[in-house]
Amino acid sequence: MSSTATKDHPQLAAIFNRDEPRVDWHDETLWWVRAKRDIAAHKLPEWELLRETASQIKNNVLSNLSSYLEQFEANAIKNGVTVHWAADAREHNQIIHKLLSDKGINRMVKSKSMLTEECHLNEYLLQQGIDVIDSDLGERIVQLAGEPPSHIVLPCIHKKKEEIGDIFHEHLGSAKGESDPKILTETARQHLREVFLTRRAALTGVNFAIAETGEIVICTNEGNADMGAHLAEIHIASMGMEKIIPQRKHLGVFLRLLTRSATGQPITTYSSHFAKPQDGKEIHIVIVDNGRSIQLGREDFRNSLKCIRCGACMNTCPVYRKSGGHSYHTAVAGPIGSILAPNLDMEKYADLPFASTLCGSCSNVCPVKIDIHDQLYKWRQVIVKAGYTPKAKTLAMKGMAFTLASPALYRAAGKMGRWTFKYAPFAVNNGANPWYKHREMPKAPEQSFGEWYAKRKDQHK
Amino acid sequence: MKVALFVPCYVDQFYPNAAIATLELLEKLGCEVHYPKNQTCCGQPMANSGYEHLTGACNNLFIGNFSGYDYIVCPSGSCTLHIKEHLHSHQNEAMAADIRKRVFELTEFLVDILRVESLDASFPYKVGLHQSCHGLRGLRISQMTELVAPPFSKPAQLLDMVKGLELVPLNRADDCCGFGGTFCVVEEAVSSKMGKDRVDDHIAHGAQYITSADLSCLMHMEGILRRQGSDVKVIHVAEILNHSIK
Ligand code: SF4
Repeated sequence: MSSTATKDHPQLAAIFNRDEPRVDWHDETLWWVRAKRDIAAHKLPEWELLRETASQIKNNVLSNLSSYLEQFEANAIKNGVTVHWAADAREHNQIIHKLLSDKGINRMVKSKSMLTEECHLNEYLLQQGIDVIDSDLGERIVQLAGEPPSHIVLPCIHKKKEEIGDIFHEHLGSAKGESDPKILTETARQHLREVFLTRRAALTGVNFAIAETGEIVICTNEGNADMGAHLAEIHIASMGMEKIIPQRKHLGVFLRLLTRSATGQPITTYSSHFAKPQDGKEIHIVIVDNGRSIQLGREDFRNSLKCIRCGACMNTCPVYRKSGGHSYHTAVAGPIGSILAPNLDMEKYADLPFASTLCGSCSNVCPVKIDIHDQLYKWRQVIVKAGYTPKAKTLAMKGMAFTLASPALYRAAGKMGRWTFKYAPFAVNNGANPWYKHREMPKAPEQSFGEWYAKRKDQHK
Repeated sequence: MKVALFVPCYVDQFYPNAAIATLELLEKLGCEVHYPKNQTCCGQPMANSGYEHLTGACNNLFIGNFSGYDYIVCPSGSCTLHIKEHLHSHQNEAMAADIRKRVFELTEFLVDILRVESLDASFPYKVGLHQSCHGLRGLRISQMTELVAPPFSKPAQLLDMVKGLELVPLNRADDCCGFGGTFCVVEEAVSSKMGKDRVDDHIAHGAQYITSADLSCLMHMEGILRRQGSDVKVIHVAEILNHSIK
């Protein structure tokens, strides 16, 4: 992360684009996932109704969040679960650290949780002398590589199998040059089995928290959440406070949408319900705010909290596909990350709402119908007003607004060589212009349409 | 029917032929077309860059230019969408609201308002249709591949009326070309890669021309085609629909 911390999305994307065959490979891999999503969605004639239903359920949740959370907490406590509340990432990390240190535990197994990435839990625990092993295969790979995930569902989608082979050779002792996915997966399984059997604590994320029953639902394809949670004596579940759904009967709507949107599968291999701890064991749920209630208070952006983290908006996003997840320098990349991150730190993430053409494909695939591209547009307005754009840009925009508000100035600017553009940044024909690097300028015609029209009118007189 | 022709700034300056074709086509189809000569721009370049608050004067100029017509027709999906979604005025919101209802992109105007069923046009070439994102997902002039809904396409429906024209299929029917206004310079690397990939799709399917209801996308793809020294040309959909049998 440190190498990416000072660069913005355009710079990081330009670095990613130095290797064009790799960009093509990344783009095609994700497009293939998008295509699988399309096939799965088209098998359900009621798809659009399902999206609308999911969206409305989540709208209802957001409008009544505090009472649902209290209901959830009361029911979870009745089930024998301990509930903790964390206002921010720091508190979340401290709660988990205390739970572990009280029991003298210094090693933990963790299944996939984007929330713990958001809170940088691994780094924090490492500093406290606690070793965390990620048990999701993709997350384990990036963990061994010392990188953050580049995608919320497919954490190591940026790595080719040969590179994974090298990582496993170095860390897990697989044969040098081995890149057969089957053999590499088996290597990981053996390694993780030992981890599962020896860890006393397991941390998982939460996909859905049912207010009516106080139970949580965790979706994985590898069954690693279950393995970890069932074997350990303490199961800690980190949960963003927006993960609530009101009733069990609503779960079907979301389970049908989640993996179809994510990977094109009809359902995750494991959709596990956790309600009560086994005898002699403990379940702790940490409910985390970390900026969510601020986002809930932003009228234009609150419904970003409907997100169920399916990743479909990333797979369909041409900018994500051609710039890679790490270019977004935040835990959640892609279109959804670009509307969530400015809420946490507007200055640091001021570049992200601009890392989009506003093509709108994200909003169309989103299973809970978040108006992602409209929110990108709105964040731009907020960021400019807050003063997080370069002064030169503001000046240029003011000049442009001034010219375009005056027909006489506009015509004069046109005459001076068809807009040697302050006003169309692509029309300056030299090497310093970013447009010109890969594209020719439009040819200036003899006359503008306005000039042609004036002459035609004269002829018609 | 009194129609005002709204010619976006970059079309006026760089692609006058598309505007001429639009004007001639509308006249052929019986419209009384006016071109308010003090028009400049819809304000989108500022607004999409986060400076919507600077577009007030531009908006008032637009309202002054375009009030009092039955319809306002524009050969650009993107600029039409901007007016439909963002034309507001402190001084004259009622007129702004009226204009937002009356503005149409050319192909939707031909299909939905004029209900064109045949055209006297001929264009004996293989043509790739680029769906501009704002026309597609904003104005919904075609069905979007993400949705589970019946397919349709207003530009394709019109192009089907043109003699000799063959529409080529594409691998990705509605992926973005990467223009995106100031995105094309701010995110130069990703933008030009997106444009290259779009162009390649058309070329791989044998297109001789790439057409679209949006010239900003075509301008972007043309920049790439010309840099590559390609024979493939871009042409606005109005120029094809106005291409009479010669
Ligand atoms: S914003 Fe929508 S599409 Fe993107 S990850 Fe969230 S739920 Fe999925």
